[in-house]
Amino acid sequence: MVLEIRNLSKHFGGLKVVDDLSFGVARGERLALIGPNGAGKTTVFNLITGVYPADSGSILLEQSDITGLPSRYRIRRGLARTFQNIRLMAHLTVIENVMIAQYARAPGATAMLQPVGFGRANRWRAEARAALAEAGLDAYADAAAGTLAYGIQKRVELVRALAASPSVLLLDEPAAGLNPAETEALHQALEAIARRGVTLVVVEHDMQFVGRLCSRVVVLNFGCKIAECAAGEIHADARVREAYLGSEELA
Amino acid sequence: MSGYLESVLVLLAINAILAYAAFLPMVAGQLNLGVAAFVAIGAYSAGYCSNSFSVHPVPAALAGTAVAGAIGWLVAFPILRTRGIYLALATFALNQMVQGTILNLDVVGGASGYPVPAHIGFAVVAAFSLAVILLVFLAFRTRFGISVTAVSDDERVADLMGLSVRGLQSAAFTAGAALAGLAGALYAHHFNYIEAQNYGVLFSIYIVLYVLLGGTQTVYGPLLGAAVFTLLPELLRGSAAWRYVIFACLIIAIMSLRPQGVILKRAWFSK
Repeated sequence: MVLEIRNLSKHFGGLKVVDDLSFGVARGERLALIGPNGAGKTTVFNLITGVYPADSGSILLEQSDITGLPSRYRIRRGLARTFQNIRLMAHLTVIENVMIAQYARAPGATAMLQPVGFGRANRWRAEARAALAEAGLDAYADAAAGTLAYGIQKRVELVRALAASPSVLLLDEPAAGLNPAETEALHQALEAIARRGVTLVVVEHDMQFVGRLCSRVVVLNFGCKIAECAAGEIHADARVREAYLGSEELA
Repeated sequence: MSGYLESVLVLLAINAILAYAAFLPMVAGQLNLGVAAFVAIGAYSAGYCSNSFSVHPVPAALAGTAVAGAIGWLVAFPILRTRGIYLALATFALNQMVQGTILNLDVVGGASGYPVPAHIGFAVVAAFSLAVILLVFLAFRTRFGISVTAVSDDERVADLMGLSVRGLQSAAFTAGAALAGLAGALYAHHFNYIEAQNYGVLFSIYIVLYVLLGGTQTVYGPLLGAAVFTLLPELLRGSAAWRYVIFACLIIAIMSLRPQGVILKRAWFSK
């Protein structure tokens, strides 16, 4: 298991958002985390990446406990993410956004004083430019990130997360708001990333997208895991249908 | 070189350092209204070094820089626990405290001012100023430059991307304090007389205005702001009584035409 969640719980006031959740992700696996709105999927991501402290339970990355570790150390250990609502640094250019994440690979005071701004010859800048070119984004490299279209910003976020060379990549609704062509391009990009050996954990509502990309699905409802099955069997599960569509007796 | 021209150029050199003293924390998202406090700390501690221990004025100026930086680093711990307008208020209060303390410190003359006979000439002041400008330019070509902007853009995401948010904020605040101290120490040894009354919050606001006028998006902005604020009142000397009125009108005009500051990042225009 490259990532393991054990009995994780989190409540906000009286509301249990994540309730005794356990699941594991094998190296190289593509796992989807699905469930209706408010099921706690993004909260699970926020717990895994350290945005919120967990109330109880533990999170293990590569067999070591990271439950109490500050966020910045988690990405340095290979756990990167994207966001449901795009969160690029609006006052940096696209290429600078990508270069920010490179730091996670070799942090420290000397790394902080590395030159990154001397033209195209600079190693880090050249690497970021190549990553942008690979994603077809080189034309936007020097544009301010905040001025770009939504679909472009989503792609930049993905390139940025990859610049940290993660072993596990958490994607929060990567296909939301994309048109069919963009969704297809995203699928191809994620397939290529997975082939490089990066483990993917995806929160997504587009079930067709999930079915094509992911091998296994964990279904959440009200913070609890209600099912865990192969992606192909998801429609057969009565509990999942009930959570998404409401119980048939009531309907 | 005439005495007048030399004085103006020395002020220009010192104001350029001051502009960066305010720019560094501002880029990290901190509105530091206590810059003048660190100027005073640098000026008085450097002056005290050269007066009481007969240290050569240049090492004394460096000592003043170090003292201001060290105090900046220490007060950064409580001050950086606040955000936005509360941080500005905390630095405002710090300015009042430091000024009040010096006004009551008889060992450095208290309210009657503090003469500092040891002299630093124009060439040395200019050399320090150029060195600071060069250092800041270089710093903003390193990972620090983009990281510190990232922290002010989105602390949460900066943290998630592996940056030490508190470390970068503290570094920016401390470096700003040290530069303010250097500017104060140079001023004290060039003009040979300092007065705590001059290091009030109004002076801090002036320094912040250099940066806001020039623009915070590039390292060139503060330099331009400092130059405008130093030279424009001198160029307007012709119209004696009206010069500050004209000056204020020009500032308001620039601010309303370019609220982001005069110099913008080139990327802003692409799209």
